[in-house]
Amino acid sequence: MSNVFLWAVFPYIAIAVCVIVGLYRYFNDRFSFSSQSSQFLENRMAFWGSTMWHYGIILILSAHILGFLFPTGWAALIADQTRLYVLEVTGLALAVMATLGLLILIVRRLSNARAQSVTSAMDWVLLAALAFQVVMGFWIAFFYRWGSEWYLHTSVPWLQSLVVFNPQIQYVTAMPLPVKLHMLNAFVILALFPFTRLVHVVTLPLPYLFRPYQVVIWNRKRDVQYDAPVGVASIGPDVPYLRRG
Amino acid sequence: MDIRAQVSMVFHLDKCIGCHTCSIACKNIWTDRKGTEYMWWNNVETKPGTGYPTTWEDQEKYKGGWVKDGDKLRLRLQGRTEGLGNIFFNPNLPTIDDYYEPWTYQYDELFNAPEGDDQPTARPISLITGKPMDIEAGPNWDDDLGGSPIYASNDVNLEKLTDHEREQLNEVERLVFFYLPRICNHCLNPSCVGACPSGAIYKRGEDGIVLISQEKCRAWRMCVSGCPYKKTYYNWSTGKSEKCILCYPRLETGQAPACFHSCVGRIRYLGLLLYDADRIQETALADEANLVQAQRDIIQDPFDPLIIAAAQANGITTQQISAAQNSPTYKFVKKWGTALPLHPEFRTLPQLFYVPPMLPVLGKMKDGIYDSSAVEGMGQMLNSLEKARIPVRYMASLFSAGNEEIIKEVYRKNIAVRLYKRAQRVKDITAEEVQQALAIGKTTPEECEAIFNLTSLPTMEERFVIPAMAREEAIEQSLDPYTHKPAAGFGYREAPARRF
Repeated sequence: MSNVFLWAVFPYIAIAVCVIVGLYRYFNDRFSFSSQSSQFLENRMAFWGSTMWHYGIILILSAHILGFLFPTGWAALIADQTRLYVLEVTGLALAVMATLGLLILIVRRLSNARAQSVTSAMDWVLLAALAFQVVMGFWIAFFYRWGSEWYLHTSVPWLQSLVVFNPQIQYVTAMPLPVKLHMLNAFVILALFPFTRLVHVVTLPLPYLFRPYQVVIWNRKRDVQYDAPVGVASIGPDVPYLRRG
Repeated sequence: MDIRAQVSMVFHLDKCIGCHTCSIACKNIWTDRKGTEYMWWNNVETKPGTGYPTTWEDQEKYKGGWVKDGDKLRLRLQGRTEGLGNIFFNPNLPTIDDYYEPWTYQYDELFNAPEGDDQPTARPISLITGKPMDIEAGPNWDDDLGGSPIYASNDVNLEKLTDHEREQLNEVERLVFFYLPRICNHCLNPSCVGACPSGAIYKRGEDGIVLISQEKCRAWRMCVSGCPYKKTYYNWSTGKSEKCILCYPRLETGQAPACFHSCVGRIRYLGLLLYDADRIQETALADEANLVQAQRDIIQDPFDPLIIAAAQANGITTQQISAAQNSPTYKFVKKWGTALPLHPEFRTLPQLFYVPPMLPVLGKMKDGIYDSSAVEGMGQMLNSLEKARIPVRYMASLFSAGNEEIIKEVYRKNIAVRLYKRAQRVKDITAEEVQQALAIGKTTPEECEAIFNLTSLPTMEERFVIPAMAREEAIEQSLDPYTHKPAAGFGYREAPARRF
């Protein structure tokens, strides 16, 4: 019974909370969407912590997602032993990097009075969850080798079964405890997502790569649509008043 | 041709007494909140001096503004991809220590201290951590040359001078300084907008005011580095960047911005300029020596029927056009050419212009003898530029990207106005000398009168020509009036405080 709840019910609850509360917050309290950077208050540790953590976790998370989205491609990738070795070693190194980065960020928020003053209770909850997640991930990578291989035959089919609303919990119920904790905590983080600063993840400003440098917004209607000059084109008419009706 | 309207500003530095009333007016209205204590959207610096944040003009350090790269402009800060790569850690971000750590005093200790032999003291308490702190800097730490030469000698504009000239500035008899009030320049080519990955910063099409959408800002803090004037600030508490909004709620109701309105010396002028937005790029790309002239050229004549027609076709209202025709800034910047942009070499096309201050002349000539007589070959009083205590090169570094000719032209015209009026009032200058001054200053008696009137005798209506905002055409009018009912202060509809 508890197995059914943990592996077939809880993930849906977590995702529902993540999406519904996340959207509610986006449309009703967009002001609160911010990365809440504290680099302005503490610069030195932020460099090592933030850079190592972000680049480490982004690459590792991408590998998880790629394996889930393209299991056959992933299997083909690791079919070659050399590539498998390279991937495992890289993964382990990135895990060390991300863990170390997060550790620095935690120490920073504990030791620096300025960083402490902008740390909320939810920040600590999130940091604890993330720290637990990366430590478990590192543990698994170290003690349960070849995760890039067995991941495809355990977690991936389970996740896929969740996607098609036909949960097959037998793929994961027999897994060792660290792996189980890692998977469960992933959904805990998803559920925490809309209540924390983690929402900044979904606002990664990729359009910056393509938009013109200058942004001009007209609050009044204009009779003539003008042709945007190079580099000074306008985005609009984006009417801030109308956006939230 | 794409004619647009821009609210522009002129600060007449000759009239600035450095009282900081403008800063206080702004602080009381906009930045008296948690996270903004250290922000001075309006600040007044002493020059020579390092300013606020300290050495903000040093773009080797902060990487603000645009750089001319062949026939293209690029951000000095970084390319777009690099911008996303630096999103987790901005290597060029000034930190709170480059401004100052805001503090208050523990006043209650004055009342609660136990009885003893010592006077109770109110210790300084950090407004960030709430803990006792040592005050190491403040917003006007080098005010009135306080702490010079430790502070003022770091002024990057002094690098343009020779060692000899720099040494001379430290002599008591040559000591000189002036005030430089600064607010956001509401640039035509703002680099804070260009640097913002979220697209949260925008220029209002109607009047060119540059604003940061508090809902779109995600605290990537590239604007803080990107603005070469360091006039966007990071609110460390809410995790949003904020900047001078040119008191748009006041402008929209026909009032001058608070810092303008409260200015004791009445140094501030506000008016509309019509400019051709199609030429922003080419203007910003002008050679350094031509940057000031290019900025004058992009401003269009509001009396030209062709310009008026183009403006109307672009949705500029009749009230705005007549405001542009009466604009005091148009006169100072374009007609008389006596107001100059601050650091045009940053290529953001700032819309706050400065009339450079007349500088005191050298009293001591040689052997410690004070002598204010004429320089050889020039009439009495006409030589004040040659004898000014601050080298022209210093002013050129501030206001004309190093072009000394432009600075000299401005000074010669202003000196001519002075001599012309002095001949009228004090009557100790001959008509020939006045004629000579007018010729050197390339001006006429009529122009002198006009400059004098707008400089010394303007009414409030002449200093601030604020067009009606054509509220009847605004889109909000079609919305439910109750939408804005709970709106109060900065933060629009929600309290500007962190909630998660």
